[in-house]
Amino acid sequence: MLYHFTARRTVYGLILFFIVLSGFAQMPIFDRYYVSDIPGLGWLAQFYVTHVIHYIMAALLLGLCAYVAVDFFLYRRFSTGASRADRKSAGNRSSIATRNSLPTRITISGMVKIGALSGLVVTGCFMVVKNLSLVYFPHGVVIGLDLLHLLFGMVLLGATAYTWIRRRTWVV
Amino acid sequence: MSSPISRRHFLKTSFFAAGTAIAGTGIAKAATPADADKEPLVTLIDISRCIGCEECVYACQDANAHKFADPKKPFPRMYPDRVPVEDWSDRRDVTDRLTPYTWLYIQYASATTKEGENITLTIPRRCMHCANPPCVKLCPWGAAKQETNGLSRIDSQICLGGSKCKTVCPWEIPQRQTGVGLYLDLLPAFAGNGVMYKCDRCYQKIEKGEQPACIEVCPEEVQTIGKRSDMIRKASELAKEMDGYIYGLEENGGTNTIYVSPVPFDQLVYDTGKGKPHLNPVKDTMADGSNLALAMVIAPVAGAAAAVGKFYKQMKEDA
Ligand code: HEM
Ligand code: SF4
Ligand code: SF4
Ligand code: SF4
Repeated sequence: MLYHFTARRTVYGLILFFIVLSGFAQMPIFDRYYVSDIPGLGWLAQFYVTHVIHYIMAALLLGLCAYVAVDFFLYRRFSTGASRADRKSAGNRSSIATRNSLPTRITISGMVKIGALSGLVVTGCFMVVKNLSLVYFPHGVVIGLDLLHLLFGMVLLGATAYTWIRRRTWVV
Repeated sequence: MSSPISRRHFLKTSFFAAGTAIAGTGIAKAATPADADKEPLVTLIDISRCIGCEECVYACQDANAHKFADPKKPFPRMYPDRVPVEDWSDRRDVTDRLTPYTWLYIQYASATTKEGENITLTIPRRCMHCANPPCVKLCPWGAAKQETNGLSRIDSQICLGGSKCKTVCPWEIPQRQTGVGLYLDLLPAFAGNGVMYKCDRCYQKIEKGEQPACIEVCPEEVQTIGKRSDMIRKASELAKEMDGYIYGLEENGGTNTIYVSPVPFDQLVYDTGKGKPHLNPVKDTMADGSNLALAMVIAPVAGAAAAVGKFYKQMKEDA
């Protein structure tokens, strides 16, 4: 299955790389640990630069998530409806039959990643609202959002490393 | 005199409405501040009245002494070596700049009046209490908070001393004391470096309906505190009266501190540097984020529309 959806997997990979990098750059660590001293990486210590990158990547990620989710939902509805009629007319592979050979079930590691991403998206969006002027969240809520966002980020990174090494796919 | 810190209800400001519209989601509704109808407090500082007696500086230190750091030495070694040890605990009497023990200092500025007279102005300097404070909003641990009355403060129980708040503050106000705080209980060698301190607008006094110490003590009544709309009106009246200039209304998208000066702010000559903030124009540091919030509402709609579009195209091709 690794050969399907190359375009969206490439886009996702690029977004993930920059959103993780800019996310971790929200913490004052890249300067302390010399990362931003590496020529070309100075921007990693500029909080307003990484703040804007994190926001832009978040918008792109939200767009991609909506696209993939709606696409998956429509495709699954569509393929089960069509396949019954289609399976009987075996032989010549219509475009519907081709699509029916595509995966429809989400893997467990895929579920974990979707869960972590959902957590990141929800906590992240709350934090974006919190950052607007004249919005005052209770202090405990802000701390909770920060820690949860970080926790979901760690889960996503762990699950991504696992699927990367074991070559697990999102869907089968 | 009626209490300047009256908590009368006030119309939600249009800016909050705009912010909610930008977010435009259920999330934004959930974020409605519990007391959005409470108007922020603003301090108005009439520079022309200040005589530089420093009463406010010492009153601030007295009123807030119980919050000051009391670090134990030696401090744990920090890695890598570039991490600076910032220790003011033996120099608590330094009052010519901001330090963890001096949250308010008097800045000397020389200037020439319209009449050609050379004058020295003394300017009380401390945290501006930005309307949308980046030090609070961008702290990665949520160690700082902004209260509905507009004051911002750093919780010394939670702050790890990474100093991001100082970096993102347009005036670099918060000051670090190494060797105190939560980081000592975590990984003192590898993360954190103490606690950041700055003016918290004497929140403990405000809670009791009292005035901040620096305002109370001033013999010249340099500062006034009150509802934002009242103080803005007063500031423009004052500026008109003395043919003066205003700082703080536009800076960083607006602050809850307004200075009125008889000389244009860009003509003041004063020392800047570590712990000595400037009086330059400042763009709204949080504006990019607020604008991009709109993109985050549009992007998923566009993504979903693209998927539906692709689906219909395939349906047509298959038909
Ligand atoms: C729609 C998705 C996301 C949104 C809206 C979002 C938003 C935010 C916001 C508002 C902050 C606070 C700092 C700032 O305002 O600049 C933040 C911090 C952070 N983000 Fe995200 N983020 C998203 C996805 C992610 C993802 C996928 C990661 C991956 C690991 C991530 C990692 C982090 C980290 C490590 C921080 C700093 C620590 C913290 O404050 O918890 N974010 N994010
Ligand atoms: S107490 Fe008043 S007059 Fe004295 S330095 Fe402070 S603001 Fe100026
Ligand atoms: S002046 Fe600096 S420290 Fe004070 S509220 Fe604004 S950003 Fe924070
Ligand atoms: S408001 Fe309170 S904490 Fe702030 S400068 Fe005045 S006395 Fe100090």
